[in-house]
Amino acid sequence: MPDPMRIRANVTGDTTEVRVLMSHEMETGQRKDAAGKVIPGWFIQNVTATHNSKTVLMAQWGPAVSKNPFLSFKFKGGAKGDKIQITWVDNRGEKRTDEALIA
Amino acid sequence: MSARVLAVAALTVAGVALAQTNTVDEIAKYRAALQDGNPAELWEARGEGLWKTARGPKQVTFEKCDLGLGPGVVKGAYAQLPRYFPDADRVMDLETRLVYCMVTQQGYTLADAKKQPFGDGNEKKSDIEALVAYVTSESRGIKMNIANTHPKEQEAYRIGEKMFFFRGGTHDFSCATCHGEDGKRIRLQDLPNLTSKDGAQKAYTTWPAYRVSQGELRTFQWRLFDCFRQQRFPALEFTSDGSIALTMFLARNANGAAFDAPAIKR
Amino acid sequence: MLLSGCASPPSDAEVNAKALAVLKASFAARGQAGLDRLDQDETQKACTTYAGKVPDKAVTDRIEKINFESIRWPADGKFLGNWQNGEKIAQEGRGKQFSDDPAGPVGANCYACHQLTPQEVSYGTIGPSLYQFAKVRGYGADIQKYAYGKIWNADAYNACSNMPRFGHSNILTEAQVKDVTALLMDPNSPVNK
Repeated sequence: MPDPMRIRANVTGDTTEVRVLMSHEMETGQRKDAAGKVIPGWFIQNVTATHNSKTVLMAQWGPAVSKNPFLSFKFKGGAKGDKIQITWVDNRGEKRTDEALIA
Repeated sequence: MSARVLAVAALTVAGVALAQTNTVDEIAKYRAALQDGNPAELWEARGEGLWKTARGPKQVTFEKCDLGLGPGVVKGAYAQLPRYFPDADRVMDLETRLVYCMVTQQGYTLADAKKQPFGDGNEKKSDIEALVAYVTSESRGIKMNIANTHPKEQEAYRIGEKMFFFRGGTHDFSCATCHGEDGKRIRLQDLPNLTSKDGAQKAYTTWPAYRVSQGELRTFQWRLFDCFRQQRFPALEFTSDGSIALTMFLARNANGAAFDAPAIKR
Repeated sequence: MLLSGCASPPSDAEVNAKALAVLKASFAARGQAGLDRLDQDETQKACTTYAGKVPDKAVTDRIEKINFESIRWPADGKFLGNWQNGEKIAQEGRGKQFSDDPAGPVGANCYACHQLTPQEVSYGTIGPSLYQFAKVRGYGADIQKYAYGKIWNADAYNACSNMPRFGHSNILTEAQVKDVTALLMDPNSPVNK
């Protein structure tokens, strides 16, 4: 079971800013271990963010994104107490979903 | 609906090209850019979970663990460590105290409690690093205040000072070789002068830290361990009296400065 | 358990003795770094005592004398090797750490502390700039010998130097010391351009 994300969402005026920290190795598949063997790639491929079940962000990621990625985005709308839900799926098919309320 | 998305603002990417000019400014900017999304928070969250989870053979939490301010009190505890603990009759830093609670309260063997002091940069994570992240985060903004009144605390401080200046190994290095003067650097990495008040304050109050280059949160025990590795010394033993004494010397020299960690470093 | 039962704090000598015992008990041998690395020779011991300050004249003279006398000068009388190899050795940071492969490579990591060639902008400042080392000092045999001796054993010229004693402490081989000397002294070395 992957570690939980840290999600913060704040609304200012008509815009909600969401900041997400994800715990993930994000192994590129290009590195070699001490014995010279290629370390298999292992990284988040799809990220989806919803606001009250409506999708507000879809992203396709690759191995260029750093370990323990930080994602920050804004969308129009949102009110205090609304639910933000973030889901990521990695190339092993592992997934993690967490949610937070807009503050 | 993607039209409603204004911007994907920032992805944390390790490694930046550092310009020769204004290296300090550039590194400061880099740190500031990362501070908002410091992955140290992931360790803090995991550590808080571990703190409140019943663990070990005796299945108890850390909530009876006394870090110096009373059983279970976390707020501000790190700003007063290391300190003398009468129950153990020993000066202890945070890591040593956590191990002590794991042994005396949770029922772990000493060897098990000390088994994984540091994460390996890959999948093997350290519970100690997570617990340290949580406990230290509860001292953020609080002024360092090492009492150094008990004779054993004073002795630890003086031993730590001696260790700081101890020259040895193949390269004749002591801590002071790199950390004894203002304005020096190794390659492009600035070195704090730990013999000055200002230098000790700035350095000590920004550990533990998430090291972007390692993808791990590193504790002060790790910081000392890795310095000695680069000094070509043998391996500093986790929670050894020497590691605590040196921590005492540096923590006490940082007195008066607001604690500002877990931080983020390159 | 206090160092003494009376009210006065322990003396410096008492703390020194205790610190040495604590230090030795706080390390474990790992990889190529054995506990003998904590055994100090006379120079290390004397310099530790002065804790970052310049020792008094008598001590300085003594340290410089014993270190100078221990320098092993090249048997063939030649101080200069190959500056291109010297540059590689100056760049190489690996060697002698418990995490390093004992089979090598072992470098001098000169750039960690010194500016040398103008092409390398990532240099440290713990030691002075060595750019144009021979151009300003001259290319003669006396300067060659000084550069070789300084790399072999820095404490022979500057007691309690921050610089490792590369030849003396078996960090570099004689051939490597010659190569680094050439990096400083060869008229064709980028250091002297």
